[in-house]
Amino acid sequence: MAKDVEVQVLEDVTVRFAGDSGDGMQLTGSQFSNTTALFGNDLNTLPDYPAEIRAPAGTLYGVSGFQLHFSSLEIQTPGDSPDVLVAMNPAALKVNLKDLKPGATIVVNENAFDSKNLKLAHYESNPLEDNSLAGFNVILVPLSKQTAAALEGLQISMKDVERTKNFFALGLMYWLFDRPLEPTLAWLEKKFGKKPVYLEANKKALTAGYYYGENTEIFTTRYHVAPAKLEKGSYRSISGNEATALGFVAASYKAGIPLFLGSYPITPASEILQELSNYKNFGVKTFQAEDEIAGIASAIGASFAGNLAITTTSGPGLALKTEAVGLAVMTELPLVIVDVQRGGPSTGLPTKTEQSDLLQAMFGRNGESPVPILAASTPSDCFDMAFEACRIAVKYMTPVFLLSEGYLANGSEPWKIPDVDSLHEIPVNYWKDKETYNIYARDENLSRPWAIPGTPGLEHRIGGLEKAHIYGTVSYVPENHEFMVRMRDAKVKKIQDDIPDLEVTGDKDADLLVAAWGGTYGAVREAIANLQKKGYKVAQVHFKYLNPFPKNTKEVLSKYKQILVPERNLGQLSKMLKMEFLLEVIEFNKIQGLPFKSSEIETKIISLLGGENVD
Amino acid sequence: MLTNEVMKSAVADENVKLTAKDFATNQDVRWCPGCGDYSILAQVQRVSPELGIPKEKFVWVSGIGCSSRFPYYMNTYGFHSIHGRAPAIATGVKLANPELSVWVAAGDGDLLSIGGNHFIHACRRNIDLKVILFNNRIYGLTKGQYSPTSEKGKKTKSSPYGSIDFPFLPVNMAVASGATFVARSLDRDPKHLQAMMLRAAAHHGLAFIEVYQNCNIFNDGAYEPLTDKETKADNVVVLEHGKPLIYGKNNDKGIRMDGMNPVIVDLTTGEYSVNDLWIHDEFDENPGRSFVLAHFSDLKDFPTPIGVFRQIQKSTYDGDLFAQLDEVTKLKGKGKLEKLFRMGNTWEVA
Repeated sequence: MAKDVEVQVLEDVTVRFAGDSGDGMQLTGSQFSNTTALFGNDLNTLPDYPAEIRAPAGTLYGVSGFQLHFSSLEIQTPGDSPDVLVAMNPAALKVNLKDLKPGATIVVNENAFDSKNLKLAHYESNPLEDNSLAGFNVILVPLSKQTAAALEGLQISMKDVERTKNFFALGLMYWLFDRPLEPTLAWLEKKFGKKPVYLEANKKALTAGYYYGENTEIFTTRYHVAPAKLEKGSYRSISGNEATALGFVAASYKAGIPLFLGSYPITPASEILQELSNYKNFGVKTFQAEDEIAGIASAIGASFAGNLAITTTSGPGLALKTEAVGLAVMTELPLVIVDVQRGGPSTGLPTKTEQSDLLQAMFGRNGESPVPILAASTPSDCFDMAFEACRIAVKYMTPVFLLSEGYLANGSEPWKIPDVDSLHEIPVNYWKDKETYNIYARDENLSRPWAIPGTPGLEHRIGGLEKAHIYGTVSYVPENHEFMVRMRDAKVKKIQDDIPDLEVTGDKDADLLVAAWGGTYGAVREAIANLQKKGYKVAQVHFKYLNPFPKNTKEVLSKYKQILVPERNLGQLSKMLKMEFLLEVIEFNKIQGLPFKSSEIETKIISLLGGENVD
Repeated sequence: MLTNEVMKSAVADENVKLTAKDFATNQDVRWCPGCGDYSILAQVQRVSPELGIPKEKFVWVSGIGCSSRFPYYMNTYGFHSIHGRAPAIATGVKLANPELSVWVAAGDGDLLSIGGNHFIHACRRNIDLKVILFNNRIYGLTKGQYSPTSEKGKKTKSSPYGSIDFPFLPVNMAVASGATFVARSLDRDPKHLQAMMLRAAAHHGLAFIEVYQNCNIFNDGAYEPLTDKETKADNVVVLEHGKPLIYGKNNDKGIRMDGMNPVIVDLTTGEYSVNDLWIHDEFDENPGRSFVLAHFSDLKDFPTPIGVFRQIQKSTYDGDLFAQLDEVTKLKGKGKLEKLFRMGNTWEVA
C-alpha cells in the first residue's frame, strides 16, 4: 500500500557516504554520481579515503568517504557541508559528524552499532540512544538485517551478504532522491554477467533498498533536484585523472606521433598510467618503470627518439625525478611531467589533496633550470591542460610541468565532450635537412630542431654537459655558458606571447581581487558568486599558467587595492607574485589535506571588506 | 642448441657499406693517454661497419663517468645522460623506435652502483639493448675512490685502510637478472673483444659484455695477470661453446666438475684427460654453470673465464610491447578519438 510521501524540491544537495574502507563506499558514491550525471544534474565529487587499503574493520582510521554535491544549477565544488550522511558504522558516524550541516539527515546502519563497533569507534555510550544526535534528523535502518532478508535463499556466504549492504544503502538513497535504478542495474549486468549469483545478490540488495524507502513509514519526504541547465552538448562524467589521460591521447592524435608514458605507480597519479595502458589501439605505449627515475628517464629517451613523451607522478616521485628534469632542460627535449599533488613533505598524506609542489616545480633543480608550469583548475580542465602542456612542450622543445592534485584527480564532474575537429593541431616537424642542420640552432620561438635517430645525415650527440650555441658540441667557454643559460630562460619567458591573458571575472572595478591557482578554482568561484548575490563587489582571476605568468598579470593585479591569495600551502603563489611583481598580497592558507570550502573563502573576504561594500 | 649462432639483427641491411672511419667523430678524444677505453672505442668502431646497420640507426647512450664520454666519439646518434640512468634512457629510445640498434656504454660505478636498479631491470625485461660495461674497478672521473667491483681490502682515496665492501660479480648480476646474452672480454685482447661485440650485436635481446678495462691512472695493472704475455695463459680460460675448459701455457691445465664444484686438474700426470673436463655449453637453459664460472674469481688459483658465458632465447620486452599493440588494435580496431571521448555513459543537453 502506497503511503503519503511529500516531495520536496531542492536546488542542491550534498551527500556523503561513509563506511569501512572495505564497505565499498567509493563504488557506492561513484554509482550514485553516474546516475546523477545521467539524470542531468550538475555535480562535483570528493572521494576521501585512507591510505590503508583495508584498515581493520570498525576503526576510526579505516573510515572511507565519498562526498557528492549535485544541483539543478551550475556548481563548482563538492559541497561545503553534507546535508545527508549515510553512516555504515559507528566509526563512520563519529568521523563525519562534525562536518554536517545543522539539522542534517543521518541515515545509519543501526545493526552495526553493537558494543564491539562502539568500542572501536571510542564511543562510551551508544550515540543512537544517548540523545547526542539531537538536532539531526536521524533515520535508523537495519541495513545488515534487511540486506540479509532480501538475499535469503541465495547460495552465498554470510560474508558476501554483508558485502552487498552498500547496494541496499544505494537503493535507499536512489528512492530518497528520486533517481532511477536502471544505470546501476545495467552496470551490475556488465560487472557480474559471468557470476549470476553475485549479480542476483546485488540487484536484490539494490531494489530491496529502494522499496524499503518506498514502503516503510520511516521516510515521509523525498527530495527532487531537477536537471541543471548546462550548456548545450554531449556530456559524460569524468574524473581529473581520466581527463588527463584523454588529453594526452588527444594530443598524440593531433600531433600525429605516438604517445609514450614512462611511469611508476604512486597515489594519487596511478590512474593516469592505468587509463593509458588501456589505449593500445591508439598506439599508446605505457612503460611501468622500475622506479620514478626510470619513469622519466625512459620518457626522455622516447622523446629523443621522437615520441610524444610524458611521465606521471606525485610530489615524492617528482623529488626523485628532479635530476632528470634538469637533463630535459639541458637537452631541450619535449616532455610533459604530471605532478598530481598530495599532502607533503615526504610521504605526507598520500590520499589527501594539497597544492604545495608549486615551488618544487618552479625551483626544485640545480642550476638555472627554467620549466614552464601549467595547473589544471577542475577535473574536466585536466583534459585541456594536458593537451596544452603537450602543445607547449613540442612547440618550444622543453619539459613542461602539469600540476594536478588529488582532489581534481579523484573528483569528477560533467564534461562537455569536445568536438575532435575543434581541437588545435599540434604541428610536429622533425628536422630532415642535412645541409642546414645544427643541434642548437634556434627558430623564431628560440626552439632547437627535433632531429630524431633514424634520420640519415643528422647523427648527433646531446647530453647533460653544457653545449655550444648553434653547434651543440661540449663547451666550457664561460661566455657561451652564460649565453645558453640566458637563452633557455628567454625561451621559457617567450611562451608568455603564446598563452591567454588573465581574465577578470566578477566585478571588474571591485576593491578586492581573489587570485588563486589550480584546484582552488571551484571554491573561489562559488564564494564570489555567493558574495555577488549578497551585494559584495569582488573580482577573481585564476592562474592556469604559473611559469611564465600571463602577460597582463602585473597590469591586472595593480588595479586592485587588496589581493587575496587563497592557497592550500604556506603561500607559494603569494611568494611568486611578490617576488616577480613586488606586490603586497594577503595570504590565506589552509593545509589540512582538504580543499577549501567556499564558505571559508566567503568569510575571509567579508572580514577583509569589513562588511562594507554592500549595496 | 642454436644451429645459427649468429643471427642477422632485425635492423641489418645488406647494402650498407661503411668503414671504421665513418664511425669516428671530429671530437678530440679526451681520455687519459694509455686508458683502456681507447681500445674499446677502436674495437667498436672496427666492428660497427660489419653489422650492416646504417649509421643513423645506431644510438649510443651513456650515463656519467670516464667511459660515458663514449657517445661523443661515435659518429652515430648519441645521448650522454645522467649518472646511472643510461639503461632507462636507452629503454625509452628502443620503445619509441624498435628499429634502432641501441647500445649502452657504462662504467662499473655508473652501471652497478648508482644505476644498479636500471641495469637489473633492463636484464629482467630482456629488452633488446647492447650493454657494454667498462669495468676498471675504480672511480676514475672522481679521481680514485673504490667502486662496487673493487676487491675487498683495496686501498683507495676513500678507503685508506682498505675497503670493507665485498664486490659485485657483474656477470652473475646479469645472469641472475635474466640477461639472455652474457659475455666477458679484455680491453687488451682486441680480437676477442671484437668477436664478443659481433656476437652481442647479433643477439636478439639484452646482451651484456663485461670488459675488463685498465685505468692506468688510478688502478693501473688491475688486470695485468690476465693480459701480460707471461702470465695470461695461466690466468685466463677462454670459453668456447662445445669445447673443454682448458688453459695454461702448454694447454696443460683443465677444469673438471666434481658435482657442483669445479676442480683444477693437471693434464700432464695422466690421471685426467681432456675427456674428463667440463665442456662449455653457452646455450644451457640452466643458469647454474654460469654462476659457477663467474665465481672462479672467488676461488684460489682458478683462471678467469672470458668469452660467452651464456646465450639463451627469450621473447624481448620491445617485441612483446609492439605485438600487444598490434594484437589489441586487431581486436578492438584502430582507436577513434570520438569513440574514446564517449566511453561510458553520456547524455545530451538540448
